[in-house]
Amino acid sequence: MKLYFKYMSILLKAQMQYRFSFWLLSFGQLFLPLSVFAGVYFLFERFGNIKGWNFFEVALCFGVINMAFSITECFVRGFDLFSNLVVSGDFDRILLRPRSTFIQVLGSQFEFTRVGRLLQSIMVLVWAATNLSIKWTLFKVITLILMVISGIFIFTGIFILAATLCFWTIQGLEVANIFTYGGKEMAQYPLSIYKKWIARFFTFIIPFGCVNYLPLMYILDKAHQNEYLYMLTPLMGIVFIVPCLVIWEIGVKRYRSTGS
Amino acid sequence: MKAYLSVFRLRFINGLQYRAAAFAGIATQFFWGIMHIMIYEAFYENATGTLPISLKQVIAYIWLQQAFLVFIALWIRDNEIINLITSGNIAYEFCRPCSIYGFWFAKLTAQRLSGAMLRCFPILVVAFLFPEPYKMTLPDSATAFLLFIVSLFLGLMVLVSISMLVYISMFITMLPTGSMVIATTIGDFFSGMIIPIPFMPQWLQKIAYFLPFRLAADMPFRVYTGHIPPNQALEGIFTQLIWLGVLVLSGRIAMKKVQKRVVVQGG
Repeated sequence: MKLYFKYMSILLKAQMQYRFSFWLLSFGQLFLPLSVFAGVYFLFERFGNIKGWNFFEVALCFGVINMAFSITECFVRGFDLFSNLVVSGDFDRILLRPRSTFIQVLGSQFEFTRVGRLLQSIMVLVWAATNLSIKWTLFKVITLILMVISGIFIFTGIFILAATLCFWTIQGLEVANIFTYGGKEMAQYPLSIYKKWIARFFTFIIPFGCVNYLPLMYILDKAHQNEYLYMLTPLMGIVFIVPCLVIWEIGVKRYRSTGS
Repeated sequence: MKAYLSVFRLRFINGLQYRAAAFAGIATQFFWGIMHIMIYEAFYENATGTLPISLKQVIAYIWLQQAFLVFIALWIRDNEIINLITSGNIAYEFCRPCSIYGFWFAKLTAQRLSGAMLRCFPILVVAFLFPEPYKMTLPDSATAFLLFIVSLFLGLMVLVSISMLVYISMFITMLPTGSMVIATTIGDFFSGMIIPIPFMPQWLQKIAYFLPFRLAADMPFRVYTGHIPPNQALEGIFTQLIWLGVLVLSGRIAMKKVQKRVVVQGG
């Protein structure tokens, strides 16, 4: 763990060397999700609601998912860029070191400029939370925090899976974007608006439903029975990372260097 | 002119080589398309009052957007040109016996065209075969289709001339990232990539119509669906030509200006 923070501080110092560029990029990062959010806002202005969900309910969902995603992108960037390590053969060096591969790959990259996105999602979250006509209780706040944490675990798991694929394919695969960026894009709306098969896939295979739909039912008082079950669903999302790590270890064992 | 055409041809063939990447991209774009259609479907389900555009038209719009993504996305950038500018190798480009503007213009157009060629046919063919309601619809009429093709290609040139201005600005800023991210985000928003322009509120539509970005995406797509009738489409094509002239001219002038002040620092 100490090693991890060491990596982090070194990379932060390195990125801070280009201070102006750093702030400009962070600022730029703020704009992209903002324009998407503006799109959502205008659609609600036109239509009023989406299958019974109103704007602030969806905004809450949007905020949670984007917050989880930006935090993940900041810290798990090493896995996102993992194909570079495999292609260049630098992964061999990592294997030689007496530390776990997981920590080292995790520490190989940080993308601190994502702070712009994080800021934007926090703003959306607070705006939505204060405008919703529900009573906030301690349990609801805990559930909300759990949702974000669970989201981070799910996205991390997907990034690890995508990186593991590189052991077999050598190159990075754009298809993996369906589950990372596509998953984020999709989970910005409550899953119940989609067709059944898609909602099921993203609840039982990749547990996005445990982050955005099921706990939201509890927070928004839409669940009328077994409330605590709904509240605890984010924990399922956290469990998702276990099989991902197992697959990662299998991948590492199977690794053959490119030799370059 | 012959030199530019051969640059164009080389780049075009070169771009066609990346077939595996294109197929991976196609899978992603199908997912994207279906997802967005589902969102709009859910919105339309209990919509009240009159809507500015029908669901069928939105669906065709979304599929065209996915099929021609490489044509219309401002955020696709050519790292080769960025590296040339930031590394100082730009000096070699100056030695060429043809204008940089024309050279890059041909190169960028060819790259986008070859990228789109690989992707658009499979996406459109499969989209036509999809079950309702995800099915792509035929163009509104033969004239609409013809006008769509013309405006699509003019739109591509407008877009490339905008991106040329972004590259030229890099001579001054030297930073490929921050300012580019902001510029492309705004550009994509006003070209109707995030939501179709008819969904925007009136005041925002006015801004969008004033800017050239929508000429590359929103306008040709709505011509295809018949949302923009042929006589207005002709007006639109005229606007495209004017913008193209203005953008290319200002690009050439700006290029001359920065060329004079370029300092190549050895290396």
